[in-house]
Amino acid sequence: MSAETPPNPAPRGDGDAPAPPRERIARELADVPRLPGAPKPDPIIVASGVRRTFGGIHAVDVEHLEVQRGAITALIGPNGAGKTTLFNLLTGFDRADVGEWSFEGQPVHGRTAARMAAAGMVRTFQLTKALSRMTVIDNMRLGATAQRGENVLASLLPTLWRGQEADITARAYELLERFKLDTKADDFAGSLSGGQRKLLEMARALMTRPTMVMLDEPMAGVNPALTQSLLGHIQGLRDEGMTVLFVEHDMHMVRHISDWVVVMAEGRIVAEGPPETIMQDQAVVDAYLGAHHDTDLGDDALLVDDVVEQYEAEAEAEEATQ
Amino acid sequence: MDWTRILINVAGEAFAPATAAYALAAIGLNIHFGMTGLLNFGQAGFMLLGAYAYAITAIAGWPFFASVIAAMVAAVLFGILLGIPTLKLRGDYLSIVTIAAAEIVRIISRSTSLTWLTGGNSGLSGGDGYKSSFESLCPFPDGTTTIWLWTYPNCTSSSWWLRLVAWVAVAIGCVLVWRWMRSPWGRVLKGVREDEDAVRALGKNVYGYKMQALVLGGIGGAIAGIFYTLPTSVQADAMGRTMTFNIWTILLLGGAATVFGPVLGSILLWTVFMLVKSVLRDAELSFISSTQSEAFSWMLVGLTLMLLVIFRPQGILGDKKELAIDVR
Repeated sequence: MSAETPPNPAPRGDGDAPAPPRERIARELADVPRLPGAPKPDPIIVASGVRRTFGGIHAVDVEHLEVQRGAITALIGPNGAGKTTLFNLLTGFDRADVGEWSFEGQPVHGRTAARMAAAGMVRTFQLTKALSRMTVIDNMRLGATAQRGENVLASLLPTLWRGQEADITARAYELLERFKLDTKADDFAGSLSGGQRKLLEMARALMTRPTMVMLDEPMAGVNPALTQSLLGHIQGLRDEGMTVLFVEHDMHMVRHISDWVVVMAEGRIVAEGPPETIMQDQAVVDAYLGAHHDTDLGDDALLVDDVVEQYEAEAEAEEATQ
Repeated sequence: MDWTRILINVAGEAFAPATAAYALAAIGLNIHFGMTGLLNFGQAGFMLLGAYAYAITAIAGWPFFASVIAAMVAAVLFGILLGIPTLKLRGDYLSIVTIAAAEIVRIISRSTSLTWLTGGNSGLSGGDGYKSSFESLCPFPDGTTTIWLWTYPNCTSSSWWLRLVAWVAVAIGCVLVWRWMRSPWGRVLKGVREDEDAVRALGKNVYGYKMQALVLGGIGGAIAGIFYTLPTSVQADAMGRTMTFNIWTILLLGGAATVFGPVLGSILLWTVFMLVKSVLRDAELSFISSTQSEAFSWMLVGLTLMLLVIFRPQGILGDKKELAIDVR
């Protein structure tokens, strides 16, 4: 990839665009059935039969998953649902026991993390990985791909890479400005606040010119003042034509920016749908709150024998299905 | 006590071939640890392998540069062999494997069954002829020369010629590290040192970069091994764990991840060591014999390393601001 081509030429101003991206994507996804594993009109990721076990536990057991290109897809679920594990599998940071998946039509299961990133799928981490003892600008420069100076021999001859380095630096400053980190460029990344590190990690990921950005809990540990700007940046990625898949616990954020929501529980995908309606889905309510969340435990009616028997039978049936 | 002689000896130690060899080995270790964060506790193994590869090929009649290349090839192979199983694992494993591998090299090379090749227990000495290819390249006339306070032979053993070549090699090592540290390649290594998963997530082949660093630093060690053994002899037992820890002390003393740290560390460690040893010996203290004074000097080296890591972890030349950042 040459350093001169812009990442994804997409309309930024609303004037000449036919419709804001969010509405366009909502229309595209309108006919998608609200079912786990629903096929999408234009999937960028198609995964089937992906399973990863830790000991006897199925951390991830996904029958089918498609992620719509150009949309912001949220991956939610209670703690231990396997969201991060699925993330690690898709980005090559962990190996699946079985399963196949493709990225942009290419089968990519079993590829290393570095090759996934080189293919255009870049990720961030739940525990932010700012490279603390490097300056902010060096963090950014590191993100650029296909650097001639990263060859051990070429690195000894600065004439070979100085020009490219200048281009990379210019682009890094542009991105830093957008993320309001340009004044921190020469500070060590370790001196940034938690929220700024999240911003830096995202900006650094964009230096790779990705087609898909995977964000693992982008809001964790970010103060409310920064939340709004982070949300804006994530929406900005979509508006530039990138696909975003993110794991999040903050339902407010999920409702606010996502186009599609995938719900995981106990390693499986239990529901899918648009953010406005997903929380009414019975499977989601069960996953988050348990099947009997609206039962008053102090209710004397619970003590009546046949009710107890009914719940016991339900519990047994549930166990049998697992 | 003859202070003039002591000070001349001490100052002579500052540019001795062994000091240059240690500086070179520490430059290699700096590529491992300072630049990439690889915990190599087997640098002496690289040195020993380099020394043997050089000496054995030189005895077989190879020209000097061919023997140097043989030493480098030995380091490359050893580095790759060590790297394949360990570089995919977490950093601590590398340190365990390298310390064991260096011991394996040492114990195998001193075994009696290899006496025909390595000289076994007694090693290879100048009499076996491994020094002649280097000494025959000497442009100076035979004999000894006195420059200011120091008198050394021109060409044989611990000579002016060896000093010149060894310090030129150190200078080349410094220039290479200086270039690398300021290049995008060095930046990737630094990223690997900080958090290799983050670098992996940016599409870099972390394994490949770690392998390159391990091999390059190992080559530094192998060449250091040549210069270390040229003035004396190739002795497996002289190049064991103690040597590795001395190299670590030098690196931490001078400052890891700095260009001149290894050189300064080596000069400082060996001059101070020489000073303490000579003073103790000349003082003729009733309660400490000359062998004990040597051991006592080593204790001081250990103490220095401990105090250094506790009170000045960035070393003499290190950037305090950089180290002050809490990594976790």
